[in-house]
Amino acid sequence: MAEASVDTQTEVMTINIGPHHPATHGVLRLVVDLEGEVVRDLKPVIGYVHTGIEKSCEDKSYWKVIPFVERMDYVSYFFQMEVYCGAVERLVGLEIPPRAKYLRTIFLELNRIHSHLVWLGTTALDLGAVSMLWYCFRERDRILDLFEMATGQRMHTRYFQVGGVIEDIPRGFEAKLRGFIADMPIRVGQYQDLLDRNEVFLSRTKGTGIVSRERLLELGVTGPLLRAAGEPWDLRKAFDYLAYPEMDFKVPVGTVGDNYDRYRVRVAEMVESVRIIEQALDGLPEGPFIADDRKYVLPPRSELSTSMESLIHHFKLVTEGYRVDAGEVYYAIESPRGELGCFVLADGSSKPARVHIRDASFVNLQAFKDMSLDSYVADMICSLGMLDPILGGVDR
Amino acid sequence: MPDAPGLELIRGEIEQDHPGAVLDTSFDRDQPALIVDPAQILAVLAWLRDAPGQGYRFLSSLHAADYLPAEPRFAVHYELLNRDRVERVRVKAMLEDPSAAGPVAGVGGALRAGHGPSSTPPTPAPPTEEELPEIDSCVELFPTAEFQEREVYDFFGIVFRGHPDLTRILLPEDYVGWPQRRDFPVGGEPVTFTYNERNYG
Repeated sequence: MAEASVDTQTEVMTINIGPHHPATHGVLRLVVDLEGEVVRDLKPVIGYVHTGIEKSCEDKSYWKVIPFVERMDYVSYFFQMEVYCGAVERLVGLEIPPRAKYLRTIFLELNRIHSHLVWLGTTALDLGAVSMLWYCFRERDRILDLFEMATGQRMHTRYFQVGGVIEDIPRGFEAKLRGFIADMPIRVGQYQDLLDRNEVFLSRTKGTGIVSRERLLELGVTGPLLRAAGEPWDLRKAFDYLAYPEMDFKVPVGTVGDNYDRYRVRVAEMVESVRIIEQALDGLPEGPFIADDRKYVLPPRSELSTSMESLIHHFKLVTEGYRVDAGEVYYAIESPRGELGCFVLADGSSKPARVHIRDASFVNLQAFKDMSLDSYVADMICSLGMLDPILGGVDR
Repeated sequence: MPDAPGLELIRGEIEQDHPGAVLDTSFDRDQPALIVDPAQILAVLAWLRDAPGQGYRFLSSLHAADYLPAEPRFAVHYELLNRDRVERVRVKAMLEDPSAAGPVAGVGGALRAGHGPSSTPPTPAPPTEEELPEIDSCVELFPTAEFQEREVYDFFGIVFRGHPDLTRILLPEDYVGWPQRRDFPVGGEPVTFTYNERNYG
């Protein structure tokens, strides 16, 4: 025993963290080379929750794909719906009515707040701030209540359709939503009061996990991670989609790109999302909430008993679905984690020949090695939380 | 986005430096695409990234598609983005299937381990060296492509020459077959429940 030559202080040890570990935010396995407490090499191993969604989509008619793509990134399901529906709308050349654009914008931004709340609660929990989880999930529950009120579901709502949204918002929804957006900036201030001067939180986030802006761009990282490094790149500003061109909002950016900046950027984004929702509610146009193209959109229920045409369209759409002329489209939006892209290839039949989601978590995960090398294990856990990967989206 | 004439201008400029590199262009649904000779894919990507006046420095997405029954069958898509002018352009490299004459590729996964009542004695899928389509890896130009090329390899069996670690990424390491190919059946994967093993295994 005494002459054991193993020096546990300096020898490099390879250790598995995960796949089942509360700090990996999902089924992520990290193979880490440790020298003492310092990370010398790191390899993320993924695929534990791969469910072949992209393959399954090829066997479903276009409108039946929506619930599938929703279940990839299970925290930002509205974004998955929007990116897929938007890609199909561009394939078939369908213009969605203004009210649908505004409604979609409202729900996307609500979903962004929801996603950031889940991130803030779980990440702060990792760093020891247990009570943050309860406060964040309290507000998240109000958002889920709003989703339930408008769509009937708390998660995986299937609310967006090709051509618009499935139904108009119910009575009382606007008042409830206004109540929420009036409270939310106050709540965000309370989170900041709890964390911004918390000595433990500051010392664990400030100066850790820094990756330069150039390196992040090389690695294809987008979203709050890139903005925290000082690059004001936001697809909502850059490209013209939904009601964002008419909205007045700021793009929060960081300065050094450490974990503290990532936290500040996301928290600031929640406040900006509230501003967008407020403007969208004020400017919500009257009119139809779904396009009036019977070749792609189900006719209203009331018409079915009076119009033969509608019955035929309904029957065709529900049984076979619509056919899409051969072609391919790539459509990208700004999800809470960065560029969420959808590539849809149509071959002329009523089923897509390929649906590919460019998931931001999947690409961003490549930066994790750069964030964690030569830092302590504890900082690596912090960086992982700030990276905010959703493993359902990574593995699809 | 470059419009249709702009796309032809880009094509003409690439032709000056790399004759024969651009095989075709397409402008469909307002989305420009360059169809590129796979042998010169790196030259074209590097040109689009570095040539003055281009600056497509950001690779948004790299994915593949199977155009069965068209020939050539596979395509690797590079969604390039110029963040200064906010323009996207798609580069497509079409790849032949080298094993096109042979048996249907990709259903190996369905043949794994005998399952089902009619399981015949295991006739292992021929482990002969399968011929896979190949293309140069662009990880040197765009480090972001590392995971995405692995994903394409994983699901389509397209080999990226020069990739630092071309292994399966989402599927198990010992998986047989390329499930995103169009001739791989949906549901071709046997589900290993203990019930099946007890009754049929």
